Amino acid sequence: MADIALSMGLSRRRTPAKARALGRHVVLCLASLAMLYPLLWMLASSFKPESDIFGSASLWPASFSLDSYVRGWTGLQVTFGKFFLNSLVVSVACVIGNVFSCSLAAYAFARLNFPAKNFWFALMLGTLMLPYHVTLIPQYILFLNLDWVDTFLPLIVPKFLAVDAFFIFLLVQFFRTIPRELDEAAMIDGCGAWRIYWIVIVPLSLPALATAAIFTFIFTWDDFFGPLVYLNDMNSYTVQLGLRSFVDSTGKSDWGALFAMSTLTLLPVFAFFLFFQRLLIEGISTTGLKG
Amino acid sequence: MAIALGDAAARSARPGAAAAKRRPRRGGFAGYLFLTPWLIGFFGLTLGPALVSLYLSFTDFDLLRDPRWVGLGNYARIAGNDPKFLSAMRVTFLYVTLAVPLKLAFALSVAMVLNKGIRGLPLYRAMFYLPSLLGASVAIAVLWRQLFAGNGLLNQFLSLFGIHGPSWVSNPDYSLYTLVALSIWQFGSPMIIFLAGLRQIPKDVYEAAEIDGAGKRAQFWKITLPLLTPVIFFNGVVQTIDAFKAFTPAFIISGGTGGPIDSTLFYTLYLYQEAFAYFRMGYAAALAWILVVIIALFTAFAFLSSRYWVHYDG
Repeated sequence: MADIALSMGLSRRRTPAKARALGRHVVLCLASLAMLYPLLWMLASSFKPESDIFGSASLWPASFSLDSYVRGWTGLQVTFGKFFLNSLVVSVACVIGNVFSCSLAAYAFARLNFPAKNFWFALMLGTLMLPYHVTLIPQYILFLNLDWVDTFLPLIVPKFLAVDAFFIFLLVQFFRTIPRELDEAAMIDGCGAWRIYWIVIVPLSLPALATAAIFTFIFTWDDFFGPLVYLNDMNSYTVQLGLRSFVDSTGKSDWGALFAMSTLTLLPVFAFFLFFQRLLIEGISTTGLKG
Repeated sequence: MAIALGDAAARSARPGAAAAKRRPRRGGFAGYLFLTPWLIGFFGLTLGPALVSLYLSFTDFDLLRDPRWVGLGNYARIAGNDPKFLSAMRVTFLYVTLAVPLKLAFALSVAMVLNKGIRGLPLYRAMFYLPSLLGASVAIAVLWRQLFAGNGLLNQFLSLFGIHGPSWVSNPDYSLYTLVALSIWQFGSPMIIFLAGLRQIPKDVYEAAEIDGAGKRAQFWKITLPLLTPVIFFNGVVQTIDAFKAFTPAFIISGGTGGPIDSTLFYTLYLYQEAFAYFRMGYAAALAWILVVIIALFTAFAFLSSRYWVHYDG
């Protein structure tokens, strides 16, 4: 009897808990749908014929057409293929430069001892707070005098010089978690600082290096300000600039093509999201990386 | 960032010092060798340019002729005789004070719902995070411009209820709020940080409070919020600095003008116009240094006030 009463009591308490959980799911589903609706609608609209876009808020195209993509791709004097290529070149070069130069600096800060190390470390952290606008104009003058405007160099070279201190900080944090005994063992085996970096630290830090690489890629891919300042010739435009020119040239007249190209420019970032979600979310929750 | 940084500085001091005692002279040369790229970047692209821009802020400079020294002329004009600067300040501060608290409130509430041991957490977390990852892109600004256009998605939705909405983006009374909405929409990354923070709070604290008769509301105000203050501080500082630097959405939605009637003239957009549309480089440099001072003042204020409301003992 007591057993039955107890189990009844339990089940009576469990039902509201279940109902609450269900209620939470309903709210969360509706909220995520509301949040993602604009994105889904843009995707759907890119496949709708122009006349249907504003007729309906529906997510399913009544008739499916790729016209918008064809119009958008060739909508400017230079095709979007060129913009994608440019963006890819810039982003890949920035990833290589950033991961390489930041991991070198991070290794020095995390593992090596040298005079005035703490002084440099403090300065490095200080640059995190400095808005880039302060260095923008002299940098622009410098690159103008080097004749680098309208090339990718002003976007790429700073990454090879570890200017983005946040990634140094991120990697320092990670390198410190690698046991020092491994360095010492390698040192006893006759490895110098460089070999320790290359055969101990780098292989053991692949998750952190991958996180840095992915975020560098996404930030570079999405960067609008840098290309806006340094690239004037349409042949050197990145996708973000291409999209912006497309907005200016078509205005409000061809939303279908605009949405089609917008969708395409989001695809690489979305792909990273799909495949590396865990790394991205861990990167944010452990280091506070904005993303 | 502050917490993490302070933490790192503290940790770096100790093992570094210990190692230095053990092996007094190892790696001095190698250390600087590894640091060379960063050192070149620091002097050539950060410190040097920062000093040059400080100098330029006291000059009149249009890239064609040599800089002409005007003393405090630029600053005096900014302070006394520049209505556009005032608009930019008003717009930027309004944006920061609206967008940051609302975004954090959203982030925290969703994180709290997700923290209740819900099934499918990774999926929900990913869906809420997606806008924040895509948000910086021009494509999203384009989409936003359409959503809030006269015949945009929002007005189509409103018309279902018989409401005839205005063109939000081209109405100076509303245009800034569409940008605030865009910022709130991207609450994903602070949400993830809140979620990580909520998980750090030990469950037995809540159990103890429950035994003592504390209700859900009391638990939130007396346990969750105080123990979360370091994370709130961190998110607040990072998001505020970020909001001061916002540029792309305002540029795309207003077509680069900051219009209509300067209603979306973010500070950075004004700076960009002065530098690269009018080539008043000295004036823009002065604007940049004022931005540094604003951000530095805000950060200093945040740090000084933190001792009164941020609990680090939890």
